[in-house]
Amino acid sequence: MSDAGLARERTWLAWWRTILVAAGVALLAARMAATGGDPLLVALALAGWTALFVVAFRRYRSRRAGPGPALPLLAFFTAGYAALGTLLVLIR
Amino acid sequence: MAGVLGKIRRWLDPEEVRRVGTTPDYRFSLANERTFLAWIRTGLALVAGGLATAQFLPPLPIAHLREVISVALLLLGGAVAVRAVDRWARTERAMRLGRDLPSSRFPALLAILVGLGAALLVVAVLVQAFR
Repeated sequence: MSDAGLARERTWLAWWRTILVAAGVALLAARMAATGGDPLLVALALAGWTALFVVAFRRYRSRRAGPGPALPLLAFFTAGYAALGTLLVLIR
Repeated sequence: MAGVLGKIRRWLDPEEVRRVGTTPDYRFSLANERTFLAWIRTGLALVAGGLATAQFLPPLPIAHLREVISVALLLLGGAVAVRAVDRWARTERAMRLGRDLPSSRFPALLAILVGLGAALLVVAVLVQAFR
């Protein structure tokens, strides 16, 4: 069976989809923090997405089959957005 | 507690899972990674739903119901994301050792929760429409 890097390309596209969904989440969190008048949390929400982008890009550049710490980092960022959202709901 | 911390340390150590068994075909590992990413997107969608509920839903007739729905969606999203890592590591381990993939009730549980939530919303909409 031939596979000229297609599995790797599919995986990279899956990373892209995930990063784009994360951008939507980051913008929603930033909007909620902005309407609450909390510039620090706005910056945190946007910085989180930037960091996620760096994690994804490093995963792509490292040409190894093993993903390294990228996967737990991605999960912790997702849980972090959940925690940030909960905080924003509770302080409003 | 020590068990939880040890688990988190193992998740963050990329070489940990490579210490057992033999490396499978890289396509299987990449497929496992894509499955993980699909679960992360599911978690992110739940988090987005929670954030949107808090911001775009008008206050509901029952006090704090909007906030309860929002926090429930946010926590569910976070739980889905954390579980995705555990699932990835256990699947990778099973593939390396040539064992059966781990089974899980979690997808069924999540489906039941989402289904129940949807049914409740249908009831709420119907009650509003015919009142």
